[in-house]
Amino acid sequence: MSVDIRGSLDNCVKCTICETFCPVAQATPLFPGPKYAGPQSERYREPGTSVDASLDYCSGCGICTQVCPQGVDIAEINARARAQMRTERGMPLRDRLIARPTLLGRLAQPVAPVANAVMRTGLARRAAESALGIHRDAALPSFSARTLQSRARRRRRPGGAGRTVVYFHGCAANYNEPDVGMMAIEVLEHNGFEVIVPPQGCCGLPLQSNGNFGPARSHTRELVSRLAPLARDGHMIVANSTSCGLMLKREAREILGIDDPDLALVGERMFDICELLRDLHDAGELRTDFHPLPMRVPYHQPCQGRGHGFGKPALDLLRLIPELEVIETDRECCGVAGTYGLKKEKYEIAMRVGASLFADIAEARADCTACDSETCRWHIAKATGVPALHPLELLHRAYRLS
Amino acid sequence: MIETQVLVVGGGATGVGVARDAALRGLRVVLVERHDLAEGTTGRFHGLLHSGGRYVVKDPRSARECMDENRILRRIAAHCIEDTGGLFVCTPGDDEEYADGFVAACAEAGIEAEEIGAAEALRREPRLHPGLARAFSVPDAAVDTWRLVGACADDVERRGGTVLRRHEVVSLIVEADAVRGALVRDARSGDEVEVRAEMTVSATGAWAGQLAAMAGCDVHVRGGRGIMVALNHRLTHAVVNRCRMPSDSDILVPAHTVCVLGTTDVSTDDPDDTAVPADEVRQMLADGSEMVPHIRAARVLRAWAGIRPLYSEGDTGAATRDLTRDLTLLDHREREGVGGFLTITGGKLTTFRLMAEVTVDAVCEHLGVDAPCTTADELLPGSGDGHLLTVGERLAERERNLHDEQIVCECELVTRGMLLDAAATRPVVSLDDLRRATRLGMGPCQGGFCIPRAAGLLAAAGAMDAPAVNAAVRAFVEERWKGGWPILEGRQARQMRLDDWMFHGALDIDHLPG
Repeated sequence: MSVDIRGSLDNCVKCTICETFCPVAQATPLFPGPKYAGPQSERYREPGTSVDASLDYCSGCGICTQVCPQGVDIAEINARARAQMRTERGMPLRDRLIARPTLLGRLAQPVAPVANAVMRTGLARRAAESALGIHRDAALPSFSARTLQSRARRRRRPGGAGRTVVYFHGCAANYNEPDVGMMAIEVLEHNGFEVIVPPQGCCGLPLQSNGNFGPARSHTRELVSRLAPLARDGHMIVANSTSCGLMLKREAREILGIDDPDLALVGERMFDICELLRDLHDAGELRTDFHPLPMRVPYHQPCQGRGHGFGKPALDLLRLIPELEVIETDRECCGVAGTYGLKKEKYEIAMRVGASLFADIAEARADCTACDSETCRWHIAKATGVPALHPLELLHRAYRLS
Repeated sequence: MIETQVLVVGGGATGVGVARDAALRGLRVVLVERHDLAEGTTGRFHGLLHSGGRYVVKDPRSARECMDENRILRRIAAHCIEDTGGLFVCTPGDDEEYADGFVAACAEAGIEAEEIGAAEALRREPRLHPGLARAFSVPDAAVDTWRLVGACADDVERRGGTVLRRHEVVSLIVEADAVRGALVRDARSGDEVEVRAEMTVSATGAWAGQLAAMAGCDVHVRGGRGIMVALNHRLTHAVVNRCRMPSDSDILVPAHTVCVLGTTDVSTDDPDDTAVPADEVRQMLADGSEMVPHIRAARVLRAWAGIRPLYSEGDTGAATRDLTRDLTLLDHREREGVGGFLTITGGKLTTFRLMAEVTVDAVCEHLGVDAPCTTADELLPGSGDGHLLTVGERLAERERNLHDEQIVCECELVTRGMLLDAAATRPVVSLDDLRRATRLGMGPCQGGFCIPRAAGLLAAAGAMDAPAVNAAVRAFVEERWKGGWPILEGRQARQMRLDDWMFHGALDIDHLPG
């Protein structure tokens, strides 16, 4: 194992800072907290003896690791312990299903209008709750009749681009939000990039966060095999989703323990789309022909965005748009944490975790909210009734590319 | 005055073993211990229940004894034994000829050793040295020494015997060339009481010379001082031994949440010489990392020393490492003409039951009692369901009562209930008494967070008054520092600094009344 996650528990001085920051522990007594579940309980664990089911209430948001002043990989210890528990105790069908967005996308896409209409009925949602344990009120994405892959293949490309970038769109842009994916491509092209959209699958993050490491590793390796040759050719890779980008930058290596030079290379060449554009602006190379957007937008940075350690690039970019009033929410977590908030037994917790963020958004009386991560956007929009956009959508609008 | 048939002096494993054996044979027995049970050598070893593999080449008879006792203890003391399994590994550069002899000797001694190969060993224990040449599995196990001694003492009391903690022998009663008991002093009240007994057994281990002298007998026990180092978490889940002649720093034993690296062997004539030279610690960590390289990077919690009682009649001054680990029973009637007095010494924790059997056989012979030993079949209290100890058992217990049990010591998951129960069932003069009973303060923070909580609870529950609690906190912190000094670097130094700020900065313990 190249990264000694368990060994990092030796750094813990029991200071409890992680517990005071954990959004889940504050929302429910069912989770005993990151220090308890992580560096503390890990000392009692050995292969084959998972005894602490309460660990499953960790949402995997990763805030504990970010705030630990001593360098304990708390969230990573917990993720691995959860995977060990799943291996020993088995995996609910629900968790196998919701952790495979590519599979769901492939199934739903040919019958998208029907699938969407059915899934909007209360009857279907009640059935999904009782049969699968997906909460009836959880925000589920709708499916698009055309994938981003097929739209990108048929698009008109602007000629004469100097620089290239490989676009890693992830599952959500491909199956659920191809419009967002197209806007990302157009914003990049507007800034003089030739955008390469290689065939690609899921990065494995949902499987990883559901403790299903075996299949997660297969997905990661498959994706890496498609992206690594492009990275070796010197291309930058840009990710649409903060969490999928982080998976390839760091988590697949640290949590899944994939020790692979190709993954390392892809991780090094991987940029979050807002990170790339902000760096471009810092170098004086970003086009700033923004038209005014006279509106007020609360911006929420997803937990996984903080995990990159690159500041708040989306916020920096939005502030370049004239007359756009951006409100930095500065709340820990919206609660959904990928698939956590979809689960029947955890939905209420997810809503409690996000409550202060939802209140901020309501108070702002805004036309929309901005957030980089798709699952957060769906959850926030459902909880607040206010549309939630990727920051790119606002850039796209300000560039008048629509 | 107390009258009894058998007086046992010494509350380590051997003493409680003798008292239990005597009680099981229907003898009336009183045990006196000047400190707390298992506070001496018994509470200071690495926690290994030997398979015998360690001695199999050097001392096959001792190895066979270990294997037999290992099987018996798994049965009669299941809840005190963790079936960790053990490995013997040849690190790069180790003499493989020893390994060949090792396998043959194990077969000869009835120890189930199997060559599993380096690859399988690394699969089971990824932290082992990647360059291992060979690896063998043996039925080593880990034993919770305090639980074992506590269970024996409980059994003594259940069967009508008496266990007196904090009672020190002031003098032996010698009448007409025989020992007839002892005058003992209650350390807490200062009261002295005569315990008259037909037979007196000295189970004082390294201190046997001091007690024997009170009867005018000359017993020379050599002390073999061994240091141990506890690492903050289990680097391996099995016991790891180096496959070579027993030597320094060649054993790593998982013990509950930590693992213990041992040990050294330095000859000393002072049974209270529990110094921990920092250079010995450094050497041991360096040597240990030849088996498990990660030891170099691991967090060390504390170091301590224990004194092995080593006895050989007519000791020639050989190195303590080469003195037998065999048990020695001295009958002072045969030896010096002093009746009613036996000394049992030598041996090791793994063979404590056998030591007791041999001793009580002799006691019965003296008393003219015909009662067979039953300790190999009678289960100890608490082991009835046959469940062996597991490292996760406390976590599982907490999981069951997560919402209604306050946790006092987070590192070792000691609850308020456990702490107050322990305080109610034994004479508490120090927080160390509760540490031995519950593992309070034994984790990474070494008491920084739990000791103030425990002190408050004990005072509130009336187990100790405020000045006594304050003094106990100071004594505990001092004792932890003693174990911390020799290893004070890196992450544990950071922890101790934080603890120090809390104890002296926030609580100002040096100026509290008491």
